[in-house]
Amino acid sequence: MRLVVDLNRCQGYAQCAFLAPDAFTMHGEEALMYDPEPDDAQRLDVLRAAHACPVKAITVEDLGGAPDGEREATHVA
Amino acid sequence: MSLDGSLEKLRREGHIVIVGASIAGLRAAETLRAEGFTGTLTMIGDEPNEPYDRPPLSKQVLLGRVPVDHTRLPRRRTVDARWRLGVAATGLDLAAKRVHLADGDAVDYDRLLITTGVRARPWPQELEAELDGVFVLRTSDDAARLQRRLNAGPRRVLVIGAGFTGSEIASACRERGLEVTVAERGAAPLVGALGGVVGEVAASMQREHGVDLRCGVTVTGLEGDSAGRLRRAHLSDGSTVEVEVAVVCLGATRNTEWLASSGLGAGPRGIACDAGCRAFDVRGIVTDDVFVAGDVARSPHPLFGYQFLSLEHWGNAIEQAETAAHNMISASSDRRPHVWTPSFWSAQFGVNIKSVGVPPMADEIIVTQGSLAERRFVAAYGFQGRIIAAVAFDQAKWLEFYQRQIEQAAPFPPEFATVDRRPEGMHPVPAEFPDPSMPSHGPTVTLSGHSPSERRISFTPLRA
Repeated sequence: MRLVVDLNRCQGYAQCAFLAPDAFTMHGEEALMYDPEPDDAQRLDVLRAAHACPVKAITVEDLGGAPDGEREATHVA
Repeated sequence: MSLDGSLEKLRREGHIVIVGASIAGLRAAETLRAEGFTGTLTMIGDEPNEPYDRPPLSKQVLLGRVPVDHTRLPRRRTVDARWRLGVAATGLDLAAKRVHLADGDAVDYDRLLITTGVRARPWPQELEAELDGVFVLRTSDDAARLQRRLNAGPRRVLVIGAGFTGSEIASACRERGLEVTVAERGAAPLVGALGGVVGEVAASMQREHGVDLRCGVTVTGLEGDSAGRLRRAHLSDGSTVEVEVAVVCLGATRNTEWLASSGLGAGPRGIACDAGCRAFDVRGIVTDDVFVAGDVARSPHPLFGYQFLSLEHWGNAIEQAETAAHNMISASSDRRPHVWTPSFWSAQFGVNIKSVGVPPMADEIIVTQGSLAERRFVAAYGFQGRIIAAVAFDQAKWLEFYQRQIEQAAPFPPEFATVDRRPEGMHPVPAEFPDPSMPSHGPTVTLSGHSPSERRISFTPLRA
């Protein structure tokens, strides 16, 4: 699964790091580091983290993103 | 046929071409579809990779925490595009409405969006740039190469230029336990983007984390051994540094060369456009069917005296792409101006740095919350009696408030009371930005053009 965090929006509440620690970690007091493509096994945790974000900074592709077929097509020049 | 009818036809069965398949191009494509464009959409990109996110490259990826192929961007929706990846656009024929490609092909368009962005400025001495061990960092391929080399444990890494990218690379190297020398022409790291007062804080952070920081110097030469491997660097103060890796972080060059003979108003400082993202031609006349967004655009900003702003900011690329896409398929009266307030972030040496507004415009700075010495503060920047920008170190939560002050042109020094005001926050001091004509790694904001508020023409010489 793919995700991206709008770090302009992020204020370091760290809810995501608490709910999905394998995908989101705090680096120092408030800088967030995350895996933009965490393992599918973490899907539920990541979705919980995205919903819990107080500033809605996390976009997860599974919430209405492109089907796999289109991604494949993007590899064709 | 009425003009309204032709817009409907464009939305229904027109051909829109987007040149530049990074974050701005992708978000524009998604916006076009979300707003009901059902015609043909072609995405052209010079990199072979599908759109990916660049900010993690100098952070998570370089630290080895995230593989480089984990940075592909999530899609907001299906874009149903024809993808032409790995093939650069080489020319534009405005009269024929045609884009020429590096493989000899050509693509006709009804409306064109240009989101070709910037590329890393290479080391100027070509032979030295070819030495094994000399890197730049802009693309995912760059990041993969540099990361592999850092994994091999070089004895010392030289970072040339202490802007945001250079500082983040130095931070990642130290965190990996590598010895790092940083050479910066200015008086301090980040000085072009944040000024000398905050730059001194960045300098102390670097030194405390064990960076061999050398300011006020340039790298005059890179020297290799007989096998063509980088061995040492020569600095302008006469010293030499033994290094196995050098990362050139001298800012970015706008990808406009392919437009050189097109008649579009494109040059080294970007492509000029109006507030609605329509590109200007070389005569200063706005085009009807060519739009521009992201790092390659220069657009007039109402908050900053309608001066043309070039912003190399992640958030600007997205917002401007959305606005451009909307305007491309909307009637004149439904179009929106791009009035995004500049914002960016950087994470380095464990500190979260965030900025709103345009710090390099400022003449004064005041620490309104916290303390520089604690590296936990908010500083407001002033220009001609109004607040023009704010920067926070590990105090992100306050910036939204400062953004509203900037957008309302609130007076400077700020009249509002703040939490955690210290004695150092009682009086503004000079913000200490370097002379803009001095060559540097380049700030992340460039101001240029006519400033109606001052009734003069301001000219910023081309940066080396």
